[in-house]
Amino acid sequence: MLLSLTWLEIKKISVRPRSYIGFVAITLVILLIQLAMWIDGTSYIGFVTQNIEQTFLFEGKILNGNLICFIILQTLIIQIPLLIALVTGDLVSGEAANGTIRLLLTRPVSRTNILLSKFFAGSFYTLLMLVWLGILALFVSLVAFGPGDLIVLKTDEVVILQSSDVMWRFLTALSLAFLALTLVGALSMMLSCFTENSIGPIIITMAIIILFTIVGTMEVPLFDKVKPFLFTTHMIVWRNLFEDPLPVDQIRNSILILFGHIVAFLSISLLYFNKKDILS
Amino acid sequence: MKSGNLFDKQSPILSLQNLSKSYGSFKAVDHLNLDVFYGDVFGFLGPNGAGKSTTIRMMLSLISPSEGNIKVFGKELQQHRNFILGKIGCIVEKPDFYKYLSAEKNLAYFASLSGANVNKSKIYEVLELVGLKGRENDKVKGYSHGMKQRLGIAQTLIHNPELIVLDEPTTGLDPQGIIDIRNLILHLQKDLGKTVFLSSHILSEIEMIATRMVIINKGKEVVQGEVKTLLNSEELVVSFGFININKALTVIRESKWNNFLHEHTEDQIVFHFSETDISELNAYLCNQNIGVKSIESRRKLEDYFLRITSN
Repeated sequence: MLLSLTWLEIKKISVRPRSYIGFVAITLVILLIQLAMWIDGTSYIGFVTQNIEQTFLFEGKILNGNLICFIILQTLIIQIPLLIALVTGDLVSGEAANGTIRLLLTRPVSRTNILLSKFFAGSFYTLLMLVWLGILALFVSLVAFGPGDLIVLKTDEVVILQSSDVMWRFLTALSLAFLALTLVGALSMMLSCFTENSIGPIIITMAIIILFTIVGTMEVPLFDKVKPFLFTTHMIVWRNLFEDPLPVDQIRNSILILFGHIVAFLSISLLYFNKKDILS
Repeated sequence: MKSGNLFDKQSPILSLQNLSKSYGSFKAVDHLNLDVFYGDVFGFLGPNGAGKSTTIRMMLSLISPSEGNIKVFGKELQQHRNFILGKIGCIVEKPDFYKYLSAEKNLAYFASLSGANVNKSKIYEVLELVGLKGRENDKVKGYSHGMKQRLGIAQTLIHNPELIVLDEPTTGLDPQGIIDIRNLILHLQKDLGKTVFLSSHILSEIEMIATRMVIINKGKEVVQGEVKTLLNSEELVVSFGFININKALTVIRESKWNNFLHEHTEDQIVFHFSETDISELNAYLCNQNIGVKSIESRRKLEDYFLRITSN
């Protein structure tokens, strides 16, 4: 039953125009970055590496598909949660706003199954978006710019990853990004249970993410104590995949925290939604 | 599509026992009791804000009661929610659908949620029944209010339910639409053997099609019973309009008609008596040379309902 309900939810998502906004936005941003790099990538690389060129001598093709993919992932990290919340934040409140929740909840299906099917459908949408991102950012970049070693510049170090050592890192990074974005989906769906308008949960989700990100990036001693507890700190765990050696404990810790948040958000949603009086 | 005799016709198909719903200190529904029997078109009548929709939402498990019990098909709603909802078709307030889907796709979606194995021909059959033949593939966003109401009724029928709950199904319809829906409800009851629970704030609508009815006001039951019995009461509320009310009052107070006088206004005197008394009083007043300018009669229940709705 849950599987067929999820399939019905996926079909509903697929016929809504807003579901395609994310795909169009991602496609445009990625193509724009790839075009900019194609035209003026050498100058960009020269600018970024100018400080370390006095210490290092770079040989080979720095501007390659792997680097372009890494730049794209870094750039899209803020936008993608918004694009996900645009759909998942509307999953419950959209039904209330349209009035269809009355018909939906008078069918012989438990509220738990209805909510879980919406969560799984939202997660499937997230997965599709990441697959599309992976195809455009990784495979198109590799075809257009060719493979090569990936140079990751950090504030205090330079990580050079060999071309043969990069693909699994990207695929694992996308899997971790899926976990992080599923959390965004669970958060926005939880907020969606509390309201009866479509825009509220989307805006609140983004406000929470922006607020937590600001707190997480500011170097203030007071904030240092709360940073490990903010889910946004762990949403960027995918970046750890591009370190050498891998900080395995840190990655495992972040995965557990992200997973714990998803379970918590989903549990709150289920508790509230099962008891909610439908007055819309 | 005709219902089988799954349930005992003598026992209630729907029973509300001491049902209450409170929001803080406000009681939207106050210890309501009612029984709907198999094959009834049950009229659920009350003015706007009387608690009709709240009651219906509790019957369909959209909101939880503060007190009381709901039994449908002899089973407790709370414990057998899915079984019960599988055998109910309903419209709660205005029927809303997925606007970006066609009528056919909407019906297919709600049928699959009901666990019904419904094919295209069944969907087309139901759409034809409600007068939407030829519009099956149009997206609902292009539908008028009347068409949505019809689609709402189609949605209630698509999984062949035993009990159909309609919450003010004629709201916003044109006169022909109202007649069509009325005929459809009668068809559902008489030809297909369905039980219909029909909520309305229009007494005449209930009178025309319901077999039994309840009137509620401020969440409480006012009266319940057979429509024929309730509305064919002998006693009428009759208003006589006079050119000279003082003269008329003097004459009436000196006669036996004073016993039937209920109240008077600036130009009207209201009596409670039977239909045959109207002509007798009129003749008496003519003999006394009292000018009557109007006579208006209503059944007592109708009069009561008009008062509470006008308030």
